[in-house]
Amino acid sequence: MLEVTGLQKIYDAGGRGVEAVRDLTFRLEEGELVCLVGPSGCGKTTLLKCIAGLMTPTAGTASLAGVQVSGPPEDMAVVFQEYGRSLFPWMTVRQNVELPLKEKKLPRARRTTLVDEALTAVGLTDAAGRYPWQLSGGMQQRVAIARAVAYEPKVLLMDEPFAAVDAQTRADLEDLIRSVWQRFDVTILFVTHDIDEAVYLGQRVLVLSNSPTVVQDDLTVDLPAERDQLTTRSDPRFIELRAKVYAEIQAAKRGSVPASTR
Amino acid sequence: MTRVALRAGQVLGLPVVLVLVWWYASVTSQNYYLPTPGVIASTFGHVWTADRLTTDALPSVVRLLTGFALAGVLGVALGVPIGSSPRLRALTEPVLEFFRAIPPPVLVPVLILFAGIDGTMKVAVIVSGCVWPILLNTVEGVRAVDPVLADTCRSYGIRGTTRLRTLVLRSASPQIMAGLRQALSIAIILMVISEMFAASSGLGFTIVQFQRSFAIPEMWTGIVLLGLLGFALAMLFGVVERRVLSWYHGLRRTARGSD
Amino acid sequence: MTTVTAPTTPAGPATAPAVAGPAATPAARRREVPGVALGVLGVLAFLAVWEVVPRAGLVRATYLPPASEVLRTLAREAGRAGFWTAMGDTVVAWALGLAIAFGAAVVLGFVVGAVPVLRDFTASTVEFLRPIPSVALIPLAALLFATDIRSTLLLVVYAAFWQVYVQVLYGVVDVDPVAEDTARSYGLSRWSRVRHVTWPTALPYVLTGLRLGAAVALILAVTAELVIGSPGLGQEIAVAESSGATSVVYALVIATGALGVAVNVVVRLAERRLLRWHPSVRGEVAA
Repeated sequence: MLEVTGLQKIYDAGGRGVEAVRDLTFRLEEGELVCLVGPSGCGKTTLLKCIAGLMTPTAGTASLAGVQVSGPPEDMAVVFQEYGRSLFPWMTVRQNVELPLKEKKLPRARRTTLVDEALTAVGLTDAAGRYPWQLSGGMQQRVAIARAVAYEPKVLLMDEPFAAVDAQTRADLEDLIRSVWQRFDVTILFVTHDIDEAVYLGQRVLVLSNSPTVVQDDLTVDLPAERDQLTTRSDPRFIELRAKVYAEIQAAKRGSVPASTR
Repeated sequence: MTRVALRAGQVLGLPVVLVLVWWYASVTSQNYYLPTPGVIASTFGHVWTADRLTTDALPSVVRLLTGFALAGVLGVALGVPIGSSPRLRALTEPVLEFFRAIPPPVLVPVLILFAGIDGTMKVAVIVSGCVWPILLNTVEGVRAVDPVLADTCRSYGIRGTTRLRTLVLRSASPQIMAGLRQALSIAIILMVISEMFAASSGLGFTIVQFQRSFAIPEMWTGIVLLGLLGFALAMLFGVVERRVLSWYHGLRRTARGSD
Repeated sequence: MTTVTAPTTPAGPATAPAVAGPAATPAARRREVPGVALGVLGVLAFLAVWEVVPRAGLVRATYLPPASEVLRTLAREAGRAGFWTAMGDTVVAWALGLAIAFGAAVVLGFVVGAVPVLRDFTASTVEFLRPIPSVALIPLAALLFATDIRSTLLLVVYAAFWQVYVQVLYGVVDVDPVAEDTARSYGLSRWSRVRHVTWPTALPYVLTGLRLGAAVALILAVTAELVIGSPGLGQEIAVAESSGATSVVYALVIATGALGVAVNVVVRLAERRLLRWHPSVRGEVAA
């Protein structure tokens, strides 16, 4: 479904080139929920922007369903970290969610169905007529998620969406993502710096190295499909995986790489 | 009941006091140039009859609004492309800023040189003075569109006129409205000046005629009328602004509250 | 399906790696084509158009003299003592009027802003008086002071006062209640609170008010000189216009524009200096 091959991005910083991302290669099959973790500054956002078509890579490609990404592809939706700035403050929640559908030229009845379903899925049916700035941070991020979901994308990219939200809200939103994923059967690439979150959410966890970035490791999370904040997080396998990822990241920060195991 | 009374007191208290002070001053000082409010009030009806209002005042106001509207359209239409292109901005900014720095009334003599001062010229004067704040504010507003919003639009495929309407213009509307507000004051100034300086009709001209013929109470009624006009236009603008920018005021309020 | 890439990351921070060939440096240089160069180009292009249009007969040269002629006239004017006296008159009237208006507005603004009762009672008066166009006072000024500098001052002070006053009010009202509470709980006296909390909060607004007031003051100063005939650049323009000296009119307009730019620059510099400590310079409140 989503294939990234040899992705490289070099930035121009006053004449000198800065290689943010060196060589990223990985795949996502249809319907997978994969998390991307890495040390701070390793280029996670750069990678996401390249995949989303918002930035052109210096080398390498990203393809969606076999078609190379050269601009924002139609079957992809992005949820940004700065929810406050990605929602239009002059539109209500409903209007915000509906806007991309209008652009897709869907008939009104279909739009209403999609919007209602999306809002129900994120639990915001009552807030449909309010403005984003009248809602809390967690609710605003739900609106952004609803908008992405209503768009019916094949792939959903999420760029550290819960970084700016408090811990309790984050737990709710993580469960929301899993329920949305199962309900709508989307492929999700979830970028985060939170190791616990990555292991809790993902079927696989891709660990990125330090800058210049490559994929350091690719772990399968063999936890049960039904996950729960309380029980899953105290599951011994969870703790094991979490420790492993943590060790990898620490090694990445130091610049040395331990032998990887599956 | 007492709340209403208190509110009324707050709104009317000081104005009433000021009018009384004026009355007292005008009566005691016997200054020729300062008639009592009573005299002004009574003269008002005599001077500004329906007839004079339609022949002098109304055309002036119409020209004012026409010039203002034209400047608005022109300013936004030019401002959007300039604001969207950093190259164009760098190219035109010094020239535009210089034009904006020219005190608008100074353009009146310049435009008079072209063809004297008739109706079209007066509108041209207003447009030439008003367009700069609108243009430059639009440029600024368009330039400052939030990059996260711009990325969101790109990833959802929102382009072209939709993008212009739903993103660019809406996002820049607070700055555009500020520019329009400045332009409105300039428009009033230019309307009056162009008529005072060289004209044969209009509000400004009439008032200056009164001044030259020492018809003092009449002159004051003209001043009052201009004041009322300014007040009415400001009120109207405020109403429109509150509607158009309701989302923005709400946003600022919440941002301020949670600071 | 999983893919494992065995990386060979070099130890240590990323160094400037083999940059993708020639693409990088010209790209960097292209981005650096300074805005300044483009700006100068824009000015030159404008002057070129101004030169060509009257010469090509698109607009009659009696209405619009070519740029070179106007610039020559400007140079000639700059050699004339009368020009500089007029400029000085305008600047004096502007500065004096602005100073009076600024002083009064700051004092009144702080007093009224600090006392909610005063604010409530003066609000309606301010809302009514503020939009009255100062040009409405022109006939009155002409009657009272004729061509004396005081007519200019009447208009300048009236117009500039409101610009500054409104901003000062916004500034005083904008004081963060948390900051105020903190100051009170540490036992600061009322005067100390004004010095250490109210004044710094209001300062950006006060300076915005100064900037707006300065611009308006110049407009009104020149207007008064133009229409009433008090000494200054405006009056020079009026005289030039009535004697049909077209080039002189344009030259003086440019001089006035330059003065406007100078005023702007000076105030902005002052603003930046005085607000250097301020983390976020607040945007202009739509006055």
